[in-house]
Amino acid sequence: MSSNNSHILSRRAFIRNSSLAGGGLVIGFNLFQACKPKVIAEPAIDLSTLDYNDFNAFIKIADNGAVTIFSPNPEIGQGVKTSMPMIIAEELDVAWKDVYVEQGILDTENYTRQVAGGSQSIRQGWDALRQTGAKARHMLVSAAASRWGVDPSECTVSDGVITNAAGETLGYGEVVNEAALLEVPEEVELKHPKDYKIMGKDATNVDIEKITSGKPLFGLDYKADGMVYAAVVRPPSFGHKLVSYDDSEAKGMPGVIDVVTIGEKVRSLLAEDPGFSSKISSSDKVVVIAETTWQAFKAKEAIKATWEEETPMESTEQHDEILTALLDGNDFNTMRSDGNVKKAFAEADQVLERTYESPFLPHNCMEPMNFFANVTEEKVHLAGPIQTPAWKAGLVAKMLGREEKDIHLEMTRMGGGFGRRLYGDFVIEASEISDKIKKPVKVVYTREDDMEDGIYRMAIKYRIKAGVKDGKLTAYHLKEAAVNDNMYGLIPNFFPAGAVENYQVDAASYDSNITTGAWRAPYTNFLAYAEQSFFDELAEMMEVDKIQLRLDLLQNVKGTTDERIQYSPERMEEVIKLAVEKSGWGTKPAGVHQGFVNYYCHNTHVAEVADVEIENGEPVVKKITCVVDCGIVVNPTGALNQIEGGVIDGVGHSMYGELQFKDGKPTSNNFDGYRLIRMKEAPVVETYFVENEHTPTGLGEPTLPPAGGAVANALKAATGNRLYKQPFIKSPELLKVPEKEIIG
Amino acid sequence: MPTYQIKVNGASQTVNVSEDTPLLWVLRDHLDLVGTKYGCGIGQCGACTVHVDGVAMRSCSLTPAQVDGKSITTIEGLSENGNHPVQEAWKEVDVPQCGYCQAGQIMTASAFLENNPNPTEEDVKNAMHGNICRCASYTRIRKAVMIAADNMD
Repeated sequence: MSSNNSHILSRRAFIRNSSLAGGGLVIGFNLFQACKPKVIAEPAIDLSTLDYNDFNAFIKIADNGAVTIFSPNPEIGQGVKTSMPMIIAEELDVAWKDVYVEQGILDTENYTRQVAGGSQSIRQGWDALRQTGAKARHMLVSAAASRWGVDPSECTVSDGVITNAAGETLGYGEVVNEAALLEVPEEVELKHPKDYKIMGKDATNVDIEKITSGKPLFGLDYKADGMVYAAVVRPPSFGHKLVSYDDSEAKGMPGVIDVVTIGEKVRSLLAEDPGFSSKISSSDKVVVIAETTWQAFKAKEAIKATWEEETPMESTEQHDEILTALLDGNDFNTMRSDGNVKKAFAEADQVLERTYESPFLPHNCMEPMNFFANVTEEKVHLAGPIQTPAWKAGLVAKMLGREEKDIHLEMTRMGGGFGRRLYGDFVIEASEISDKIKKPVKVVYTREDDMEDGIYRMAIKYRIKAGVKDGKLTAYHLKEAAVNDNMYGLIPNFFPAGAVENYQVDAASYDSNITTGAWRAPYTNFLAYAEQSFFDELAEMMEVDKIQLRLDLLQNVKGTTDERIQYSPERMEEVIKLAVEKSGWGTKPAGVHQGFVNYYCHNTHVAEVADVEIENGEPVVKKITCVVDCGIVVNPTGALNQIEGGVIDGVGHSMYGELQFKDGKPTSNNFDGYRLIRMKEAPVVETYFVENEHTPTGLGEPTLPPAGGAVANALKAATGNRLYKQPFIKSPELLKVPEKEIIG
Repeated sequence: MPTYQIKVNGASQTVNVSEDTPLLWVLRDHLDLVGTKYGCGIGQCGACTVHVDGVAMRSCSLTPAQVDGKSITTIEGLSENGNHPVQEAWKEVDVPQCGYCQAGQIMTASAFLENNPNPTEEDVKNAMHGNICRCASYTRIRKAVMIAADNMD
């Protein structure tokens, strides 16, 4: 590139323009320079409200035509490392087989919302990702047209090759150097979905070769020169604080390099950023530094620590009583109120009130929490699995008194996230340890650490009351009692908000010392089951058809001008009708007991039907029919995988998931005492998409919440018993099948 | 520290580790074979599954003495080019979500099919029941094992 072009470049939006080893250029676009990233003070509160317009992406084209697309967002198994680059590649007009995908690093200047959470990566990236690809295409075509001396409109592109009216061709690699010097267009025309060549076709996970052959990919696989391992002795219970410790035995063990304490820096951070205090213990912790993971784990067991009770030790029994008392009380925060529920209940012919209960849940990512940190005078190098890299880099900078530009954060593939890796308490820990020992270090949690020092899905109870007058639902009152935090954002405006004249949502919470946070489909992961169980029971009381009740309610929402109502009654109707058809609802032979649910969350409309059959005298979930309206399906194989996983995860946790607390401590800390769904319990999932051209939505979460409700409703059909408490397995007496069903 | 001779993926290895070091950590930290994953450390999840003389075993629960002189195969050595029929089936079906448990799943499936070349779906479910997939890619695992069984004939 000649030097006289540099001034042109400087006033343009290029953010990368460097020579590649193999020739060619890296071209990047800061598409929304005017938009500054929002300060993410507490993403757990409402990820869906984060502004995604600040997004941008990188495309790298070598002069041999090879295309690398950097996937900006963290990959937790939701498939964005494949699907986000597909969207860019589509508009760039290259062949997918020629695209090489790399994980982008944290780059707050040039990417924004590098977050995995809320099923928002695809939805909020949709316009920016397409524009990124289309703008690059436009510039490449302009460069070719200018070389030929023709108008760009006379050129066509297919698979990265530009052709002019005379039939001459130029590959992207041949014009990339000229293209990179051109003005980035303001906004360019995008393809019509019918012209898509990449989207809508199955693209295998871009990491498939590495995953199936065991190549290093995950945080736990990350290694660096001189790296040591750290295992952390944590407070044995929530509420405990370190008093003293004896490390004499540990220090003499093989491979042990040092034993240190951390906590001081975390406390100074918490003083500045109290919002994080519900996510990390402020107690000192004892850290064993060793040459290998196992040596660190073993020496950690040899630390004799003394703890004192700083705040009271809590238990599940206590939470149970507190949440019930909250529901019985009057200390609520009203989150939505339409009409007058009190009056409507007084005038009702029939009233139904039910209470639903859920336990704490750990996330149980298969890859235990871990993170690498190397704090040096020059910079802070962080690497590992994190759903919110920018937030964590900011906190680490603040904690260490560094500039954010000194923080270099590499995102590894994550062995699951489910919300646990939103918080990054382990990033904070790793950074404080490295700062203290002045070495590159990786903190590794044992499975026991992972389950005992979680940031759990909190226990919640819902009480729902409905009033019926002249055969119509006239009042609906939902009360939530939760440990630590209540539902947020638009959740109080989900169905049946807008469908019932007198409608109210109230929430109350209790402050616990147990750390809690988002868990796959926060709140709705339990709320959907509660409400959809309730609708079935309501239909029974009203003696109306269960599905017709839902369809009738949706009629009331049509044409609403209430902007808080974001579900579409028309799209909901469509998924309901398709689910009825595809599941064979009402036409199944005796012995197949079905349960129905429709639900909207994470911008996606879903209906699910569970089929329960009796095997060896026990009800078994055999199949879930799942109908999804997620708009355009970017990558069908990835979408189906998310849907199946979400459904089975939903079935599994509603059936088996529970973490109990006693004396401030979980009563189980590994998979021998905690039941996760396994192969033999996993139902068949049959998925159908509603075909349309709406903006695509994310699928990491929305199919999970309805699954528990579909199972509960099918179990009611099979056993005659209504389940009010999760996990269902804890009510064996309600899972008994009537004698006639077993014989029949 | 004691010295052990183990054969990993066809290569003889001498390792100096304490006698309680699980094979899992010998592989990961000493031999740099990180494809074998740590999940629970108590033989409950199957993420650390390897073959010991052809038998699928949990490497987190094996001491070096138990595998001294034995032949161990890890995911890295299951095939030369990542093209064992089970690996190929995994690609065909696009099984993984997060992917963390999949090496263990593949090692369990490949040892199982070696002895059960014509399994029924029930056989596959039983064989794979010990491996947890937290993302719940179970339907695809089932399908991929059945395809691999066909291709191994």
